Amino acid sequence: MSELLLAPLALLLLAGLALVSVVADRALLARAAGRRLALAELSPWPDVARLLVQRRRTTTAPDALLWRTGGAGLLVAAALMLAVVPIGDSVIADLPIGIVWFNAMDVLLWAFVWLVGWGAASATALVGGYRYLAQALAYELPLMFALTAPAVAAASLDVREVVAAQGDRWHVVEMPIAFAVFLLCVAAFSLWGPFRAPAGSDLAGGVLAETSGVDRLLLLAGRHALVVAGAAFAVPLFLGGGAGPLLPEWTWQLLKTLAVLLLLVVVRRRLPVLRPERFAEVGWVLLVPLTLLQVLVTSLIVLAEAP
Amino acid sequence: MNEDVVTTVVFVLLALVAVGFGFLVFRVDSMARATFALAVSFVAVGGILLLLDLDYLGVVVVVMMVMEMAIMAVFMIAYMMNPAGLMPMSMYHDKPRAMSIAVGTFVVLAGGALLVDWPERQGAPPDDVTEQVGLGIMGSHMLVMMGIGAVILSTIVSALVLASARSRYDRLGDDLKARPARDPIRGGVGP
Amino acid sequence: MSLEALLVVAAALIAIGLYGALSQQSIVMLMMGLELMLNGVIVAAASFWYYVAPSRPDGQVLVLVVISAMTIEMAMGFAVQTAIFRAGEVELTDEATELSG
Repeated sequence: MSELLLAPLALLLLAGLALVSVVADRALLARAAGRRLALAELSPWPDVARLLVQRRRTTTAPDALLWRTGGAGLLVAAALMLAVVPIGDSVIADLPIGIVWFNAMDVLLWAFVWLVGWGAASATALVGGYRYLAQALAYELPLMFALTAPAVAAASLDVREVVAAQGDRWHVVEMPIAFAVFLLCVAAFSLWGPFRAPAGSDLAGGVLAETSGVDRLLLLAGRHALVVAGAAFAVPLFLGGGAGPLLPEWTWQLLKTLAVLLLLVVVRRRLPVLRPERFAEVGWVLLVPLTLLQVLVTSLIVLAEAP
Repeated sequence: MNEDVVTTVVFVLLALVAVGFGFLVFRVDSMARATFALAVSFVAVGGILLLLDLDYLGVVVVVMMVMEMAIMAVFMIAYMMNPAGLMPMSMYHDKPRAMSIAVGTFVVLAGGALLVDWPERQGAPPDDVTEQVGLGIMGSHMLVMMGIGAVILSTIVSALVLASARSRYDRLGDDLKARPARDPIRGGVGP
Repeated sequence: MSLEALLVVAAALIAIGLYGALSQQSIVMLMMGLELMLNGVIVAAASFWYYVAPSRPDGQVLVLVVISAMTIEMAMGFAVQTAIFRAGEVELTDEATELSG
């Protein structure tokens, strides 16, 4: 596929899958509240239109440069994460260090979400930003080790080589802990589900507190886009990319991405919010040793199967 | 030829961003802006490393430095007296002498860089630059990594010792026998 | 983009960092000056690797060591500042004089 077409196609896929996640989320909410699933219930467009025309609120002395940079940053980070995911046969950015690039993009989120919290010049928003950093410190090391496991199994940091190395046995079979921790970290860096404390309702929306209009739309869309990018990255890393019988590769990849995405959407409202200080203990005392053991097991498998 | 021109233009841009934002760190009033100006400077240095074929190290510089700047921002806001830059204030001492020492250092170092007869290039970059550093730190330079590991462990311990306000006697009582521990946050795994 | 150009950039970063480290009153801003100096060292190490000895991993290992040094220096710097702050509500280098004289 022509490289020129690939970037707009990838953005289109990102937008489409984000829309799927929004609609699925609204459907689950409606079912949980006992309401019927009508188009008015499921369609996000009235809310989007409302946010687009809403007048922008501001506080007394916000740091507008930092605030808007942070707000726009979530979507930019999601798009850059998607740049290393193979779409069909080709990749937008065939980096030899694709896995580390994904890690770099999710670290940029540390800066962007904190800037959103700081720029608003509001106490609750700042507390939300600090909560995000506390959570991020807890999940970052497990995420790095969970990303190391498929790289060790494939002896490469290039995402396409990780897909090629999976062959007939997907990585999720060999390294389930890494897969579970990866999905957990995708939820965590997207302020999703049990990790929504930085945008929590006890903080009047946390980092979302003082945002309105287009900025709010960018942040809410950014969260969904990040989950989509994370789910899309999980597929080549753990679920074999486009491998599967009968259907063409891109269909399988899309189906697998949808499956992971819907799993994350279902989990979103099911689990209670985790307090960042409790999660810090879980992250360091439980997840770091677990992921290290996972990398050890993967390394032993690689050594056992070495020719 | 075209690629050379592009590389040079990108390098000049990145160098200007790195040096310019580095200088901006000490010119802005707002502490948050100073921290993130430094972060932009580091990202530009990561870009320069990418231009030098050092893919892995360039991205690692970006990862480590953005994380550090986010944590540094927390400490800046906590400890500085003018975090948002709402009041213009001057937090300098001895500015003229510092400036002259800095300019003198730059003249000496840049003069050395331009006048010294640097050795010729020995060999070429390998195909897999990341593999070279991986094999290096696991093979010939393993002592370096072991040393860094030991230093990081001692840093963790000393930083906690310095920064903790409460010792184990505060948590577990004078005879170290109180269970559960008297912590402001309940729950947890060990004592 | 030659070795000399990169070394001049590294020298500029070191000089700016030195200016910050010498002129700033606040401990945290002083540390930012030190970070800038180490930034310059990273550029210099990487350019020496590329232009002088690209077939050996030494330059890259030096960059890794410098990155670790920056992290360690920041951790200890903040721990020391926390300790000083708890002891005397002080965050300026001019006032942290308990051990002097």
